[in-house]
Amino acid sequence: MRVGFFVTCLVDTMRPGIGFASLKLLEAAGCEVVVPEHQTCCGQPGYNSGDHKSAEAMALKFLAEFETFDYVVLPSGSCAGMIRVHYPDLFKHDPELSARFAALGQRTYELTDFLHRIARLEKVPGTFQGTVTYHDSCSGLRELDVYRQPRALLATMPGVKLQEMVESTTCCGFGGTFSLKYGELSTRMADNKCQHITATGADAIVGGDLGCLLNIEGRLRRTGDHTTRVLHVAEVLSGEEK
Amino acid sequence: MQNNAIDFKRQVTVKLADIKLQGALSRLQSRFVEGRSAVISEIADLPETRNAAAAIRDRVLNDLEHWLLQFEQQATARGAIVHWAETDEDVNRIVAGIARQHGVRTAAKSKSMVSEECELNDALEQAGVEVMETDLGEYILQLAHEAPSHIVAPVVHKNKEEVADLFAEKHQLPRKTGIAELCREAREILRPAFLNADMGISGANFLVAETGSALIVTNEGNGRLVTTLPRVHVAITGIEKVVPTLEDVSTLVRLLPRSATGQSITNYVSVLTGTRGDADHDGPEHFHIVLLDNGRSKLLGSDMQEMLRCIRCGACMNHCPVYQNIGGHAYGWVYPGPMGSILTPLLSGLEKSPDLPNASTFCGACAAVCPVKIPLPDLLRKLREQQMERGMKSRQETFMLKAWAWLALRPNLYALATRIAVRVMRLLGGKERLLHRLPGAHGWSDGRDFPAPAGRTFRELYRQGGRK
Ligand code: SF4
Repeated sequence: MRVGFFVTCLVDTMRPGIGFASLKLLEAAGCEVVVPEHQTCCGQPGYNSGDHKSAEAMALKFLAEFETFDYVVLPSGSCAGMIRVHYPDLFKHDPELSARFAALGQRTYELTDFLHRIARLEKVPGTFQGTVTYHDSCSGLRELDVYRQPRALLATMPGVKLQEMVESTTCCGFGGTFSLKYGELSTRMADNKCQHITATGADAIVGGDLGCLLNIEGRLRRTGDHTTRVLHVAEVLSGEEK
Repeated sequence: MQNNAIDFKRQVTVKLADIKLQGALSRLQSRFVEGRSAVISEIADLPETRNAAAAIRDRVLNDLEHWLLQFEQQATARGAIVHWAETDEDVNRIVAGIARQHGVRTAAKSKSMVSEECELNDALEQAGVEVMETDLGEYILQLAHEAPSHIVAPVVHKNKEEVADLFAEKHQLPRKTGIAELCREAREILRPAFLNADMGISGANFLVAETGSALIVTNEGNGRLVTTLPRVHVAITGIEKVVPTLEDVSTLVRLLPRSATGQSITNYVSVLTGTRGDADHDGPEHFHIVLLDNGRSKLLGSDMQEMLRCIRCGACMNHCPVYQNIGGHAYGWVYPGPMGSILTPLLSGLEKSPDLPNASTFCGACAAVCPVKIPLPDLLRKLREQQMERGMKSRQETFMLKAWAWLALRPNLYALATRIAVRVMRLLGGKERLLHRLPGAHGWSDGRDFPAPAGRTFRELYRQGGRK
């Protein structure tokens, strides 16, 4: 399986370790992984802010870089949703192009979805010990149906105990530019999420989207919680969380 | 109703700090979210039922004129009179005219969001008609001189104590505290209003084209009294509410109460057809049906038409994390939550509601529960696109978006810019690896730290042969 890896702009810049953790997992699953050198951003910030044109340009760039792979994998449900669900929609006016995007979208997966359902990874390299609670990021959950997959992978780790929080599927308030434009509202939503996390007593809050994790970590730290670890699921599964 | 959505941001601050409101809103989760989830699974073929419901609505909307004319013909044949109102003011003029024609001095009213759109009560009071709201929630709001904050549970923003205080003050009776006692007190005051009213005013959840019926779905029984006791009944609703057949209604009614209040069926589903016949024991002598456009027809055939599928169940707002934190009044017009964030700009002006399409994380919880599968986030995004096209976005935002896109399309420059940025941020993060202030992004940093980046980008590390 030749897998094209799209690291996403957020992981690229803010926490590259998640990218390497993902590569380790994909290799553990027996994939031949290629990282196209010129990749940047999937275009979601512009798309969700009403800038259709720039989103189209970035989608075309993505198509040129990734169309030849058997699969495309990303450590983010939000960006994977953009590619799978919204790229074909962007080009509705051009049926031929839209069909190419749809075909590419069919082969594009969020990391845990790919590892669990396609690569059928049953043994992961990670050795994390402790209680974790899982936050379900919105796009992965509602656009890609990612819910069981990360839990199934975490369940293969003997040292990991999953303690579910209430309302794990409620939005954390990140929402990209929403977190800047409606900061107060976004902070309140993050705060609600943090209270649910804290109530589990988990050692770590784990999720599959760095945007949400930055939001949650930012609020936890601001409110004086410097101990609860905030980890991407790839870091936990790969053993790169240390 | 006047659109105050321009004030959204300030209202958010006020509502987030309103402790009573926050307490009242915390009931949404248990009452409506858990309520829906407990009964929606009773519909074994839920995905198919939602598809069918959406298809029923689309069939009508794709040929609305046809179905409305059929409705008018059938309703007229059964003795009702159908009135067409282009604007909210037309509704008020028509209803005041009906009141004058029939010598109406008092009117009893059951819940109607369309009448809120028109501020009908004020118009009727001005025309010398005394109006009494008989839905318990609406009655409370009438006493308090407030607008509804939810389309199904209009008074959800108030707690029991506030209602007890209000009743004691307005009714001049000893203060009650139990819910049952409060309801009884209201009922005793409302009962004579039904009996004395010359006119009953209701909304309509659906209009049935094949029979010319107006259908109302209620719980309190007041709707039935309002539509059958007074000699004149006026039903007011939007033109989009028509459905072809009673069979279609039965599909929609399987979904409506389950989505709205977590009930398998409401206490009453009233099918109101024509005027009182010779053999009938009750029913109005005169039945007027007022159908409001108010900008709805402009959406037909546009890329926003799907919004007209809405059957006003309120599930989208119940499940919306934004609504759950600020309540309905912050949205500034009749309709709150996700559906309101689309309808308000569409019916009342995008320029008057610039925040509404943007105040969403696109979490998708609304679309996941909408019984008629309205793609609410997609419609919100389309409104954002309109704002971009019409130059309604701030210069700063437009510049940032364009700059990001420009950079992201130039990988080498992007690599350079991101390398510099992450190094600077890493330095600013210090030993704690946290940024406490983000210049130009205080929306984030007023309430949150920002975890500092690692200081190297993935792409540069990868190029150098792996993690350093
Ligand atoms: S948009 Fe959908 S969920 Fe919201 S009120 Fe209308 S029908 Fe109900």
